[in-house]
Amino acid sequence: MMTNQGNRVTQGQFSFLPDLTDEQITLQIKYALDKGWALSVEYTDDPHPRNTYWEMFGNPMFDLKDPAGIMMEVNACRKTFPNYYIRVGAFSAVQGVESVTMSYIVNRPKNEPGFGLIRQETEGRTMRYTIKPYVTDKPEAERY
Amino acid sequence: MNDIDDSNSEQDKIILPDDASVDLKAEFEASNVKEVLDKLDRELIGLKPVKTRIREIAALLLVDRLRKQFALSSVTPTLHMNFTGNPGTGKTTVALRMAEILHRLGYVREGHLVSVTRDDLVGQYIGHTAPKTKEVIKKAMGGVLFIDEAYYLYKPENERDYGAESIEILLQVMENNRDDLVVILAGYKDRMDKFFHSNPGMRSRVAHHLDFPDYSADELLAIGKLMLADQNYRLSPDAEKAFLEYLTLRMNLEHFANARSVRNALDRARLRQANRLFNSNRKTLNKTDLITIEAEDILASRVFTNGTLDVTD
Repeated sequence: MMTNQGNRVTQGQFSFLPDLTDEQITLQIKYALDKGWALSVEYTDDPHPRNTYWEMFGNPMFDLKDPAGIMMEVNACRKTFPNYYIRVGAFSAVQGVESVTMSYIVNRPKNEPGFGLIRQETEGRTMRYTIKPYVTDKPEAERY
Repeated sequence: MNDIDDSNSEQDKIILPDDASVDLKAEFEASNVKEVLDKLDRELIGLKPVKTRIREIAALLLVDRLRKQFALSSVTPTLHMNFTGNPGTGKTTVALRMAEILHRLGYVREGHLVSVTRDDLVGQYIGHTAPKTKEVIKKAMGGVLFIDEAYYLYKPENERDYGAESIEILLQVMENNRDDLVVILAGYKDRMDKFFHSNPGMRSRVAHHLDFPDYSADELLAIGKLMLADQNYRLSPDAEKAFLEYLTLRMNLEHFANARSVRNALDRARLRQANRLFNSNRKTLNKTDLITIEAEDILASRVFTNGTLDVTD
């Protein structure tokens, strides 16, 4: 991927920036909490950009006041899945929004092999293109 | 860990030279703690030892803040507390105030109080307790976790009880997340003593053991007057005398729950007052009639006539 230096998966906010430090993550969580959003921690080992439904780590956290509680959950998730993609999402329950309003990666595998381009010849001279993460050659849970 | 304390972060960075001086009084004013302490004095009757200890804690935290300006390091003080005392002595109320004081001193970040009992912490089956307890702890982060009737957590006679698991998690959090939350345990004195006896690790992690004394009749009267004032009622001079008499009698009866009994007694007096006004067949009532509780409203209590407990108490 020419435009994506270091073959890093860029999904969600801040993904073109260097990895956020714990302090920066805490500040982002604080921002979401101050807005009254419910935070959640999700993880996956399938880096495909269309993979939007990640596994939830624990329940979404409602009624929390302080980022320390969410950081505790993030760290617990990192401990369980040290080499997975982990993201923090903030859900806004405001009527009319009712969806995730923030989402950023807080943990990624040490080595991200990237994506391969697959060409498929179809009718006539038409070419179809798709991408495939190299890691998905291996079965789930053995990828990183 | 990831401390983002806005109120203190600026002064933390400036390190004063050794010969500089700091103004304790100015710092005290700036922290607004005085306001809370005064409110505590004004609104809570009696409780001398409790108030003294709260003042001491406030002073320690304030001095700690000043020491930081000289880059004098000190370990974050352990502020977990244990409130013991008979029912109705104001443990919950003081815990609420405590959250506010700690917040103003910049010790806890949010200053909210999460009040829980055994039900919120201990699960029904295996593997249910840990997530439940963790959920509560997460909610209390940055504030105060108030565990009412904490001795129910541990039931030594039932070995299949999951309370011990909850205590284990609590102990770990109390030690590792000292900056993140303050745990206050509350309960009757003798049972709490037994609880600490069977959980030695708990006792040493709780730095402040505050005993809430029972109130005297005069203090209870003052509390009653405060309660009534909140609801825009007042006692007539005769009623005040009668109420004091009522309290002296009531204190000797069983199930006396200090301020809570006072509240119940006053609730009943208000019922009787309303009934009296209704039955008086007067067409017009003025404001004084509506706010005054007369002696007869109190003397109608069964405590006076046959020395037994009144309706619900």
